[in-house]
Amino acid sequence: MSIWQYANPVKFLALSTRVQPVIWTAAVLCVAVGLLWGFFATPDDARQGATVKIIYLHVPAALMAINAWFMMLVASLIWLIRRHHVSALAAKAAAPVGVVMTLIALITGAIWGQPMWGTWWVWDPRLTSFLILFLFYLGYIALWEAVEDPDTAADLTSVLCLVGSVFAVLSRYAVKFWNQGLHQGTSVPVATGGRSVADVFFYPLVVSMVGFGLLFLALVLYRTGTEIRLRRASALLARAGRES
Amino acid sequence: MTALLARDLRLAFRAGGGFGLALAFFLIVVVLVPFSVGPESSLLAAIAPGVLWLGALLACLLSLDRLLALDFEDGTLDLLVGAPIPLEGALSVKALAHWLTTGLPLVLAAPVLGVLLNLPLAGFGWLTASLLAGTPALSVIGTFGAALTVGIKRGGLLLSLLVLPLYVPTLIFGAETARRGAMGMEATTPLAMLTGITLATVALMPFASAAVLRMGLR
Repeated sequence: MSIWQYANPVKFLALSTRVQPVIWTAAVLCVAVGLLWGFFATPDDARQGATVKIIYLHVPAALMAINAWFMMLVASLIWLIRRHHVSALAAKAAAPVGVVMTLIALITGAIWGQPMWGTWWVWDPRLTSFLILFLFYLGYIALWEAVEDPDTAADLTSVLCLVGSVFAVLSRYAVKFWNQGLHQGTSVPVATGGRSVADVFFYPLVVSMVGFGLLFLALVLYRTGTEIRLRRASALLARAGRES
Repeated sequence: MTALLARDLRLAFRAGGGFGLALAFFLIVVVLVPFSVGPESSLLAAIAPGVLWLGALLACLLSLDRLLALDFEDGTLDLLVGAPIPLEGALSVKALAHWLTTGLPLVLAAPVLGVLLNLPLAGFGWLTASLLAGTPALSVIGTFGAALTVGIKRGGLLLSLLVLPLYVPTLIFGAETARRGAMGMEATTPLAMLTGITLATVALMPFASAAVLRMGLR
């Protein structure tokens, strides 16, 4: 038994169809509980008023936007090293989800920034890095769409993902150098353990973060399954075309 | 490799449309800027370093799709992949040729265009230095983009979409060097960062370019 047996598309599909209902239920439950709890059952912040509640959408989306890219990076590496097709297809399936998460983070951030900072957009390091991440996602998806041969497309996008990761990190620090910003630092630093968010706001936020993580997992499993079936259908079509 | 460099340079000079075009494009972008933001000289002086850097970057980008596409069409690239010299070296040479025909003329032209934009006197040296240090990175990163999109029909727009995000760090440090220099501030830190980026990309990017080119041509 090793994890690599799920590189076999049949086994992967069997497992993913079995676990998907569970993950979907858990994801919907967590997101619903996190958001409803956050929106209706927590008090308004002393200074920020009700605007603080967008945090339950903004922070989890931003978290998953970055983690989706990490997942694509790992999947690309697995494809380049071990050449498992499921891995390449999972990277392909994750990209649009990542784009949507990035967009949610950017838009909710703008909606929050208007009353709080008095502006929809500032060229703050965090905001700018996210915009650049968004551009990287777009380029990645566009390259998948543009290359016709699926294996070549997987190769090229994987290398783009690796090179893009290096440049994304580089941009992150370059942008920091370029402009010090308005955005606050992280409120829930995992490494140091301390946090600047009160418990009433923190628990629904954690539930929402877990929910978004599960939602991402469910979406990626679902989309990967679709991609595998699509690949299978096109192979069948090609065979039928040859025989007739 | 010298033969390859000489061939690329000769092609760029004689085949028309390649060599002067980027320079002319740079000139036109810079000339259009005062029309779009107004002729106020203090405003122009403030944005001159950024505009010159952006213009140079776009002019570089413009000539990228010719970098490998013509060689792909007439089969030269297939020969290069099979040639006894390493493909990484061949691509470095092609990037060097691109820099000599595009980047270097831009570096030389930028101070002249700086006069048009009322660039402060202190900024000329820093602008030239930053472009000299930064444009090789643009060529090398651009070669990677060109190698990614070489087999794709109508890859020009895709090339810009892929390459421009990769240009962000270079642009930030380059324009920052020129801006600080023009304002009379200390500018050696961004210049050092810019040089670091250039050296790292020159050293590492050819490997990525060669890898994707092999994948794309397979």
